[in-house]
Amino acid sequence: MNRLFPYPLLIILLIITWLMLAGFSVGQFLLGTLTAIIATWGLAALHPAKPRLRRWDLLPRLFAIVFYDIVRSNIAVAGIILHGGRKVGKSGFMTIPLDLRDPMGLAILAIIITGTPGTAWIDYNSARNILILHVFDLVDETAWLNLIKNRYEYLLQEIFE
Amino acid sequence: MNHAADLPIWATLLIALFLLIGAGLTLVGSFGLYHLRSFYDRIHAPTLGTSWGTAGIAIASVIYFSVVESQLVLHQLLIGVFVMATTPVTLILLSRAALYRDRTENNRDVPPLHPLRNLPQASELEQDSMATHKNAGEEQK
Repeated sequence: MNRLFPYPLLIILLIITWLMLAGFSVGQFLLGTLTAIIATWGLAALHPAKPRLRRWDLLPRLFAIVFYDIVRSNIAVAGIILHGGRKVGKSGFMTIPLDLRDPMGLAILAIIITGTPGTAWIDYNSARNILILHVFDLVDETAWLNLIKNRYEYLLQEIFE
Repeated sequence: MNHAADLPIWATLLIALFLLIGAGLTLVGSFGLYHLRSFYDRIHAPTLGTSWGTAGIAIASVIYFSVVESQLVLHQLLIGVFVMATTPVTLILLSRAALYRDRTENNRDVPPLHPLRNLPQASELEQDSMATHKNAGEEQK
């Protein structure tokens, strides 16, 4: 934005984090604000690519979807492990061609896929834009493809691109 | 812990419920890590601990300290945020190392570096080169 406050949103998030850790008081607020501003100067010195959020309004929807999916897949994966005698060969790799190219969006997608039990981000080829996943319960491959492409990637493309 | 006896019954039940969910899922995840056979299967088990295992225990802690101190205590939720944001770094590092090793050892179970089914030109090229090999072999005979 300008030289004194290069990342206003990051400053606000850092102050909130500081206040959550140190307790809410005027003194801590001033100290946290000072620390946050100096920290963002440090970040600005690295000249990182500035992420652009095009659709703020879709973020709550993304969080709600991911939260629901994490709860659901926790139950599913715990069930499979507890069931014990799962047949060999049910888990497997999936190759997914992605349309999402924004680095920030890809990072969020990596967090979603890793954070959700049952899917693991194995490899991403940036030249060909191909993602390799490992899926714990690979019974219905099209359902997983549909989940990644239409449920997450579509939203992330709307938000970041 | 001397406050524990003074807690209202609804708080005790909620805290116990979330603690059991968190600890139980972490236990199941650890058991899976021990029990499952291949590396790529094992990668999935600890994510139980990093997702709802952490969240359950953090939520129980938020409820306990909020009730005991009679004000909203939220800093435990930051643990969950940091765990969620940093897990992919180590997990992708590990899985890429495993994939690299398996590819080097020509393990047929892992996907190849250049998936042919997405690249029609590449498969045609390979067929062409195989055809020329065949021709060369026949000429030698």
